[in-house]
Amino acid sequence: MAESTVHQSRSRDLDKLLLRPGNLVAPTFEPGAQLRDDLQEYAKILVVGAGGLGCELLKDLALSGFKNLEVIDMDRIEVTNLNRQFLFRLEDVGKPKAEVAARRVMERVSGVNIVPHFCRIEDKDIDFYRDFIIIVLGLDSVEARSYINAVACGFLEYDSDDKPIEETVKPMVDGGTEGFKGHARVIIPGSTPCFECTIWLFPPQVKFPLCTLAETPRTAAHCIEYAHLIKWDEVHSGKTFDPDDPEHMKWVYTEAVKRAELFGIQGVTYSLTQGVVKNIIPAIASTNAIVSAACTLETLKLVSGCSKTLSNYLTYNGVEGLHIKVTEFVKDKDCLVCGPGVLLELDTSVTLQKFIDMLEEHPKLLLSKASVRHQATNLYMQAPQVLEEMTRSNLNLPLFELMGKVPRDIVHVTGTTSRDDKKASCLRKLCLVFKGADAVTDQDMAVGA
Amino acid sequence: MIKLFKVKERQRELAENANGKLPIKKQSAGELRLHKDISELNLHKTCTLAFPNGKDDLMNFEVTIRPDEGYYLGGTFVFSFQISSIYPHEAPKVKCKTKVYHPNIDLEGNVCLNILREDWKPVLNINAVIYGLFHLLMEPNHEDPLNQDAAAVLRDNPQLFESNVRRAMIGGYMGQTFFPRCI
Repeated sequence: MAESTVHQSRSRDLDKLLLRPGNLVAPTFEPGAQLRDDLQEYAKILVVGAGGLGCELLKDLALSGFKNLEVIDMDRIEVTNLNRQFLFRLEDVGKPKAEVAARRVMERVSGVNIVPHFCRIEDKDIDFYRDFIIIVLGLDSVEARSYINAVACGFLEYDSDDKPIEETVKPMVDGGTEGFKGHARVIIPGSTPCFECTIWLFPPQVKFPLCTLAETPRTAAHCIEYAHLIKWDEVHSGKTFDPDDPEHMKWVYTEAVKRAELFGIQGVTYSLTQGVVKNIIPAIASTNAIVSAACTLETLKLVSGCSKTLSNYLTYNGVEGLHIKVTEFVKDKDCLVCGPGVLLELDTSVTLQKFIDMLEEHPKLLLSKASVRHQATNLYMQAPQVLEEMTRSNLNLPLFELMGKVPRDIVHVTGTTSRDDKKASCLRKLCLVFKGADAVTDQDMAVGA
Repeated sequence: MIKLFKVKERQRELAENANGKLPIKKQSAGELRLHKDISELNLHKTCTLAFPNGKDDLMNFEVTIRPDEGYYLGGTFVFSFQISSIYPHEAPKVKCKTKVYHPNIDLEGNVCLNILREDWKPVLNINAVIYGLFHLLMEPNHEDPLNQDAAAVLRDNPQLFESNVRRAMIGGYMGQTFFPRCI
């Protein structure tokens, strides 16, 4: 009996949102017990990252009624994580973050199931990501965000009017923090800007000139970067520096201290060395909590439709006073990652050369001297000469075969467009559909015919 | 926003054809931009490119520069380029693989070129970097030294610098350091 009381009280407040109609809801909102139950049974959510934000996200999502969660993280727990990554204890140091985080939340929140994945995000098949209704990101790097974004946008398909097809939309909720600052954003591929549409929002990484490091160091960071970037190679020829190897880090620290003494510079410490070399940003537990809470609420709203979602980028800045702002960024219609691309229908017999000629005539493209790339393969490169020679033999082959005989896929082309007698270089995304390819069962017969 | 019943349908479909598609390697936006950069290269006749990992790996390549004037006339200098998946958000990583007596290139191959570090901007491209390297070989400068000895000689005695460069390129010792022949 105690069990059922707990259950009721936990979903009571959520029920108020999910069981009753409202005015400020999404057009698809269908309140009722069915929605609540479906949410628990079918809404499978992936949390990427089990660090400062990830711990908060898992806890928040579990307490918001989601029962099917998975978490992926390649890192192991370090002592320095313990101040804010509250799911971890001292005895967990050295264990995989994803596994410990999943276990701890399951211990505390009954009925929730969390599957941990202790691996790199690139190690998973693309289809692994297809399974989730929403992907929530608690990451600290541009690279990882860019990768997940490419995967999620890769599922997106457009109809013939360049409208996103709803079943192929894989929304993302992205959180990020840096000290007192943070952001939460909702990415609905095809509707709101994807990560690449607005990558310019990320400030460039600070890099010191090498000659300053070598000749005129002025700060403790200069001394550390000298030991890391110049001295390391000088002493360990050929051996690559591993930031996760404590021996390597200690060596860099010792060298940086020597360097600092030589130039009379104060302030080189072991933790600063780690900070500079690994580009660690100071993390504040409460900023993570705020950003995670915003992300979790947006996730709940997206999945249930119980309220309108953030549109589409929330920034939180607690550095000087407190400023919170929501900005509605617009998507880049020609985005190579989330944009529809230009749809082209082709016969399966069209050769690569013919295809390149067609691009020149196509009214939407007028693209001459095209180089063509399909997935990770360069089908043809106009330049430099060495690549042109390596890819020239493809020109006489049917494009359909070069692309692995798939009925439909994306290719990217670069070349020169001329509009109003002005020439400009451009990079375009094309969506190729091969006529009748779906029906073809015996490839040899098709080519023969 | 999301229709749950569609999710249900999809889960059933997935269960039905469990082994559907082959895993596909995801290409990054950085690779696409690099594809554009490479296909549009407009190089000086002294510069050539090589792709040691074949035509499909553009992220790692080598640029060979054979200066046709200046201190380094006649030499052959190979630079390795490593491009990250978030290019052009991040600059290419460039190293000089040829050991060279040069004020702005150290003996480990680190290159002091502003656009490779503090002045990199995403509007720059591979062409700009190659021209930067070319410029560095045409006009070494003693103001941004990575090889302090070479910089001091260039500043105080350009003639001695010139003969030192020759000696290093022909192959031989300069003080304690051996320079393999690169002419």
